[in-house]
Amino acid sequence: MTEFNLIQIAVAILFLPLVGFAFVLFFGKKIKNAYLFEISIITVTFILTAVLLFNKLSWFPDKNIVSEFSWIRIQNLAVLGNISIDLGFLLDNLSVIMIFTVALISMLVHIFSIAYMKGDRLYNRYFAYLGLFTFSMSGIVLTHNILMMYIFWELVGISSYLLIGFWYEKKSASDAGKKAFLVNRIGDIGMFSGIMLIFNTYHTFTFDKIFTQMAAGTLPFNSEFWLTVTGLLLFCGAVGKSAQFPLHVWLPDAMEGPTPVSALIHAATMVAAGVFLVCRIYPILTGNALFIIAVIGALSAVIPATIALTQNDIKKVLAYSTVSQLGYMVMALGVGAYKFAFFHLITHAFFKACLFLGSGSVIHAMHHEQDITKMGGLKKKLPLTYATFLIASLALSGIPLTSGFLSKDGILQGTFAFASLTGHWLFPAAGFAVAMLTAFYMFRLIILTFHGEPKNKEKYDHAHESPFVMAMPLVVLSTLSIFFWYTPNPVNADAGWFLSKWIKSPVLSVPQNARYSFMKTDVVSSVSKEGIADINNSTTVEGKEIVYSEAYTEAMHHAHYPAMFLSLLVAALGIVFAFIFYYWKKISADKLAADIEPLYKLSFNKWYFDEIYNATAVAFTMGSSRFLAWFDMNIVDGAVNGVATVTRWTSSFTGKFDSVIVDGLVNLVAYFSGFIGLILRRFQTGKVQTYLVLVVFSLVIILYLFKTF
Amino acid sequence: MGNFPILSFITFLPIAGMIIILLLPKAQTLAMKSITLIITGIQVILAGFLLYHYNYGMGGINNPATFQYIEKFRWIEITGFSWIGKIKIDYFLGIDGLSIPMVLLTAIISFIATLASWKIDKAVKGYFALYLLLVTGMMGVFVALDFFLFYVFWELMLLPMYFLIGIWGGPRREYAAIKFFLYTLLGSVFILLVVIGLYFSTMETLVDGSKVFTFNMLSMMDTHNFVANGILSPMNPHNLRLIAYIALFIGFAIKIPMFPFHTWLPDAHVEAPTAISVILAGVLLKMGTYGILRVCYPVFPDITLKLVWWIGAFGMINIIYGALCAMAQKDFKKLIAYSSVSHMGFVMLGMASLNTIGISGAVLQMFNHGTITAMLFIIVGVIYDRAHTREIDAFGGLATQMPIYTGFVTLAFFAAIGLPGLSGFISESFVFLGGFAFETIRVITVISTLGLLLGAGYMLWTLQRIYLGTVPEKWKLLKDLDFREYAMLVPLSVIIIFLGVYPSFMLNLMNSSVNSMVKFMMDSRALYSSITGF
Repeated sequence: MTEFNLIQIAVAILFLPLVGFAFVLFFGKKIKNAYLFEISIITVTFILTAVLLFNKLSWFPDKNIVSEFSWIRIQNLAVLGNISIDLGFLLDNLSVIMIFTVALISMLVHIFSIAYMKGDRLYNRYFAYLGLFTFSMSGIVLTHNILMMYIFWELVGISSYLLIGFWYEKKSASDAGKKAFLVNRIGDIGMFSGIMLIFNTYHTFTFDKIFTQMAAGTLPFNSEFWLTVTGLLLFCGAVGKSAQFPLHVWLPDAMEGPTPVSALIHAATMVAAGVFLVCRIYPILTGNALFIIAVIGALSAVIPATIALTQNDIKKVLAYSTVSQLGYMVMALGVGAYKFAFFHLITHAFFKACLFLGSGSVIHAMHHEQDITKMGGLKKKLPLTYATFLIASLALSGIPLTSGFLSKDGILQGTFAFASLTGHWLFPAAGFAVAMLTAFYMFRLIILTFHGEPKNKEKYDHAHESPFVMAMPLVVLSTLSIFFWYTPNPVNADAGWFLSKWIKSPVLSVPQNARYSFMKTDVVSSVSKEGIADINNSTTVEGKEIVYSEAYTEAMHHAHYPAMFLSLLVAALGIVFAFIFYYWKKISADKLAADIEPLYKLSFNKWYFDEIYNATAVAFTMGSSRFLAWFDMNIVDGAVNGVATVTRWTSSFTGKFDSVIVDGLVNLVAYFSGFIGLILRRFQTGKVQTYLVLVVFSLVIILYLFKTF
Repeated sequence: MGNFPILSFITFLPIAGMIIILLLPKAQTLAMKSITLIITGIQVILAGFLLYHYNYGMGGINNPATFQYIEKFRWIEITGFSWIGKIKIDYFLGIDGLSIPMVLLTAIISFIATLASWKIDKAVKGYFALYLLLVTGMMGVFVALDFFLFYVFWELMLLPMYFLIGIWGGPRREYAAIKFFLYTLLGSVFILLVVIGLYFSTMETLVDGSKVFTFNMLSMMDTHNFVANGILSPMNPHNLRLIAYIALFIGFAIKIPMFPFHTWLPDAHVEAPTAISVILAGVLLKMGTYGILRVCYPVFPDITLKLVWWIGAFGMINIIYGALCAMAQKDFKKLIAYSSVSHMGFVMLGMASLNTIGISGAVLQMFNHGTITAMLFIIVGVIYDRAHTREIDAFGGLATQMPIYTGFVTLAFFAAIGLPGLSGFISESFVFLGGFAFETIRVITVISTLGLLLGAGYMLWTLQRIYLGTVPEKWKLLKDLDFREYAMLVPLSVIIIFLGVYPSFMLNLMNSSVNSMVKFMMDSRALYSSITGF
């Protein structure tokens, strides 16, 4: 296999699902089983990703394979010359592992959906949308530049919108889809602003070129502050897509979509895209940016974990758990545990997909009942679902021999090391607290659903184990939640091929003094200029180096066993508490809830985030929209109509003036002369005597007057 | 092709059609419709021909030598006329990278709007005669290079529009038509004043060496042609260029329509028949922004550079104000009308960036908005034809009842909110990237990105209220699209998707001209400051 072959495979992987989407969309009505075409397409895609993964990791484990072609060229710009916006593929270990995960879960979800969605009115179209999603998601993973990533980012958003609102006749479903899209848009605006900053500074969108220029000293507005801002703006995209605090509110609502969709999009792949984005832009994140990212991650890990404790909808519990776990990954990135964040992304994708599909299996068996307080005792009815659900829950809780134990332990270790170097002990505290809460709410879920007495006898009696197409994905995914896929040593992931060979911490492009102090690399003796420009390729630089990052590795190493034992302890505690409350019922959960009512209500009502947003941002937008519409109609248009009215008044006034005053004056003159004439007419009698008298009389008066003056 | 006057042909062909229609007996309605369809169809073919032979390397803007398909001859000549001297008015047509997208757009939209007019049954003869006259006026505006001729076409399009709204419109048609007419006429008066002012400020040197006043736009862009004491000459210390610029700008801004001169638009749209709304939003609004780019920018580069912040700021207001107003509307058509206000704001923002990316984005947005909004108005028309109401809250669940129609709706709505893969995305992104690169309007650009959120908000909300949910009982009889509606929606969808995937098709077309424009503006900074000393 040459590099070119790998690119060819990547092109096929990207576009095959699009073909599936278009085919099923246009011919879904005419061909009865069009969905089978989509399923075969996704299977082929999966096989291709497996081939890609195997070949990339075997033959080019340390090489980034890039291929690009020009999409838009703008020529002869005044200052910049030619600008080319490229479409391109970047095949590194990160992307091939991610694309494999996406395709695998996507395929399993397709298969699961065959039975789950059976009988739906828009059965074929559902598979078309899944194809569109797979296409968009592959785009995010495979692209080599930030603009293309944004493009696919939006496309993923729209496929998510279509799938959340798939049962569009339900108002709650279409509401949820709209909410998801709009909340994501808020993050996307931030991300796009970051892209504008990047483009304005580097005149390119390609990751590698940005990193190279930054390493050579070009910064946005020549300031480290703006570099931090750029990183955080791009991170906004991740906050939206990965449902991080404070934009996490859309994800629980997104559970309105069909359950397999929740497994694929809202648990395993799309929501992980945010974490993937941060991994991609990691080299440009400054220490300050990383710290804020860690804080956001920690908040996103803690708050939803507390909410998950009291939810009764099986999918809502899992949804909040997803937000919490994504917060874990983001926090891990923020504290520098890059490898473990990505590791957790992959392991979480498998076991969370397993949990969601398992919940789908339960919901299917219970005839669309989602309330866990109405379940119970399903262990006997759904043994396979129970077993796989249990394995995945153990992984999520971080119990040894599972994949989740390895990755979660790594993250906790990372926060521990970070705290020991910088003194921010709140991060490990949050991490361990969440580990305990997670174990607790997962086992609460399991006990209420699968153990105890059935609460709804009728539905329980009709429950039956799911058919093969639904069971098979569960088995595959639960198997993937076991440690041996990732490392031979069940307590230490460092030795495994995943972390030691495939995933390496990226080389930073950020200027030295903008980094965390433990991430600095420095050179002691005087080095030639090329040496400094080339500082990150540490092997080629002459002179002795001090690599501070060794301090972090060292601290990680020291943190390994304390973190491991502590995490085991808290997980075990969480499970034990769940058993005390819900299995042995030693303490009544209801009574405790009543005792700490304010806290219980806060958790049960999801910290009132929706209410607060509705009362502020939404109300403000709707209010100003209504006000402006009124303003437009009455003031702006009123002014226009006012001008017209004033003109009409003026014209009618001048009309009146013309007919009354001007014409009146004319008429007055005429009337006056007429009046005079009327009087004078009296004298025109025609009698000579009268005339004579008048002449004499006049003469007398005239003479008298002359005499006087 | 040789000397075939293709631009005159494409412009005046509809007049020929109009004459034929006027000669036909009243009852021959099908013939009238067919003739209109054929004429506009030929226009599309001719526009394709223009495109096929278009030389991508020639920039246009201010250099007559780099315009294409030029036709120029003396049109009006009056000699020995007291102090005015000789009056010489040229018939001067030509296109460059700014006008060819508009010519294409006009041809395509006219053709599709003809299909949209198919169901007109009142005074058919008059309708199609006026319609063809309107098409001539629109096409003429985009190809004229003589300011006087430009003005004639500008006015020519006004009158048929007045009657088309005023006779074939909705219940308040007369109010809307008069409002449209007077408002636009007000703008025309401003333009006319500036035309006259410019005429007496510029002199063109003829072949025999004598100098005459000129209406030639391209001559007005060359500072050598200004007379020393002309009222609008930059070297005249008491010149009125700033006032003239504002007047001219308002004249064009009324057409865009720019806040606060936009209120004629919702009324005109609500009352106009579907086809006329399509023309109005698809083509007429672009005349405003085209006029600014064609005339205001190169004739007054000095003032443009001074006022560019204001152009960007009004663009921002249009974007956000239009979007918020759209959100509150209850009438589907009015909502789309306000969305036009918002989307035209992007064009203004892009123009204000004064760099290649931003202006390319603006011109591309003009084209894209033309196609997308035409599609949106057709969508409104489809539903109004069937249900005879446009009240958003009266509907629901049409996706179940009319699935194919809803498919097109979804595509158009997604294009309107700038979804990647559809044409609106690239133009909006370019506007933002260009605006951000220009320091003067950087903050404005960042604020304007809010429009992306608001746009998605009102569009998805509308989609939900009309198409999602359950169908009310009374709409259970609505039928899905018929052949004529397919014929309108499919070509527009194809264009929207094609330009979304391959925007270079348009960008390459305009690239040289946009570059010429940017270069001209940059050079003007130094040139004008040397003349006037500001």
